[in-house]
Amino acid sequence: MTQPIISVRNLHKWYSGVHALKGVTLDFAPNESVGLIGDNGAGKSTLINILSGAQEASEGEVFLDGSRAVIRNPRDAMDLGIETIYQYNSMVPTMSISRNLFIGREPLKFSFMGMGIMDRRKMAAESVKAIADVDLHLRSPDALVGELSGGQRQGVAIARAMHFKSRVMILDEPTNHLAVKETAKVIGFVRGLKEHNITGIFISHNIHHVFECCDRIIAMARGEVVLDKRTEDTNMDEILSVL
Amino acid sequence: MKRFLKIYLDKPELAAMVLLVFLLVIFQVKSDGVFLNLNNLRGLFGILPEIGLMVIGVTILMICGEFDLSVGSVFALMPMTMAVFLADGMAFIPAFLIGMAACAVIGFINGYLTIKYDIPSFITTLGMLFIARSLTIVVSGGFPPLLPNDLPNWLFTVFVGPGDLFRMSFIWFVLVAVLASLMMSRTNFGNWIRATGGFLPAAKAMGIPTARVKIACFMLCSMLAGFAGMIQVLRLGSPLPSIGEGWELQAVAAAVIGGTALSGGIGAVLGGVIGAILIRVIDNGLVLSQVDANWFKFAIGFLTIFAVVVNSWLGKRAKAIKVET
Ligand SMILES: Nc1ncnc2c1ncn2[C@@H]1O[C@H](COP(=O)(O)OP(=O)(O)OP(=O)(O)O)[C@@H](O)[C@H]1O
Ligand SMILES: [Mg+2]
Repeated sequence: MTQPIISVRNLHKWYSGVHALKGVTLDFAPNESVGLIGDNGAGKSTLINILSGAQEASEGEVFLDGSRAVIRNPRDAMDLGIETIYQYNSMVPTMSISRNLFIGREPLKFSFMGMGIMDRRKMAAESVKAIADVDLHLRSPDALVGELSGGQRQGVAIARAMHFKSRVMILDEPTNHLAVKETAKVIGFVRGLKEHNITGIFISHNIHHVFECCDRIIAMARGEVVLDKRTEDTNMDEILSVL
Repeated sequence: MKRFLKIYLDKPELAAMVLLVFLLVIFQVKSDGVFLNLNNLRGLFGILPEIGLMVIGVTILMICGEFDLSVGSVFALMPMTMAVFLADGMAFIPAFLIGMAACAVIGFINGYLTIKYDIPSFITTLGMLFIARSLTIVVSGGFPPLLPNDLPNWLFTVFVGPGDLFRMSFIWFVLVAVLASLMMSRTNFGNWIRATGGFLPAAKAMGIPTARVKIACFMLCSMLAGFAGMIQVLRLGSPLPSIGEGWELQAVAAAVIGGTALSGGIGAVLGGVIGAILIRVIDNGLVLSQVDANWFKFAIGFLTIFAVVVNSWLGKRAKAIKVET
């Protein structure tokens, strides 16, 4: 087997008494798109929060390309090429698309101790390109994110992750509360990740969606992995029975 | 409607600007042309920088999603601290730096407590309002110290410009307003401030050090308020412990009238500046139009409520649009 892009070994997470992750060990292969499913409280968000730097594991290790990775905050994860897209949390609605694309990673004309003048022309040009790359058709990069539909917002978030050459893209329930058409768009984005050499980890409560766009399905229950199979080797009944 | 909303989100200060022009015309007519004459403008431009500098800090902090009610007290504490050291024989520059450092410390405490214990900044800074005011009086020892007469008034309060229209403080005000405006619109730090106030979880998820951004805004706000207080004291020639009382609310009102949203993320420095001008113009214009001066607070109150109602209505519309699509 090829070298996994991300491996987690024996991850544990306790929240004051709640044992949310009970020794999870998993490998993610490059360019694979993995669906992660499980009931409410199964520990899916906890697992990916550890990968995205939003939380720290109580115990266990994360490896990137075979070497030990220390992820203390979202910035560490982003610098390692791990981008996360949440249902709501990825965009600031009161800011423009181009500003949102570059939050925290603004191109600067010059800087002093990390602060400086933004290169706004570059931001506008690159955001037009980034949006076109995911086949989103938006009027202008100056439009406010608050004016976009839910699906378009997720599209912009995905465009952002691609623009910054992410290698692993984690999507935590990106289709919640989206209309059917919008959901189809997001599923389309997830399918397209492979062409961009991006490993996708897609969390959803909708088994159909997972079957539509993933190569491999992992099911979690009560903080443990209870099923891990290629999509073609399993079916919905089997998955429902283990949850 | 979407268009309207976009204009509001892009240029929240526009409505205040229109109102300002309207009031200028009204007061000019009502005061038989006295309002825009040289003498009156000179008085207006003399006080404007003092509230204006405070409003700039308050506006930026509100865009960042926090409040500061202690600015009025800090406005008095900074010059009082400075005056005590000056009276002790210290030179202006070190005394000034000590005063500003005191403001920075207060801003830091406001921010640190608010974030560390996750309390509304409304409460933290309300406490600081009392503490800083009390310290001002304690520091003064009951008698405001006499200011030495070799202070650099030429740098802050002398009249300059055509017809001696402005004081030096006005230059400072314009300079700070331009710099603050550029910081908000052109620098990455401005982007972080707006993101932090606009939607905290997103800012955090994108790796922005939101706690540090907020604390920096608290410190900036306190320091601008202190700087403004020093200018007033140099203008008046004596550090009174009661200056700036009630100004914290005027400053919040100015920011809100200028289109800054209470919920953070929306607003502009220019809006705050226009709000501050509006408040000064109303105060002055009412006097000149021989309206009972007690209507001043009524007018500010009315404008503030009006601005917030419009604000919240637009906010609801924005949400409705989000749900629709
Ligand atoms: N910040 C927290 N503090 C305390 N307990 C938490 C916290 N976050 C999660 N938990 C607990 O950890 C367990 C796993 O939660 P997690 O959010 O990872 O589940 P999930 O699989 O993402 O569920 P869902 O499908 O509802 O999103 C749950 O029992 C939850 O109550
Ligand atoms: Mg979850």
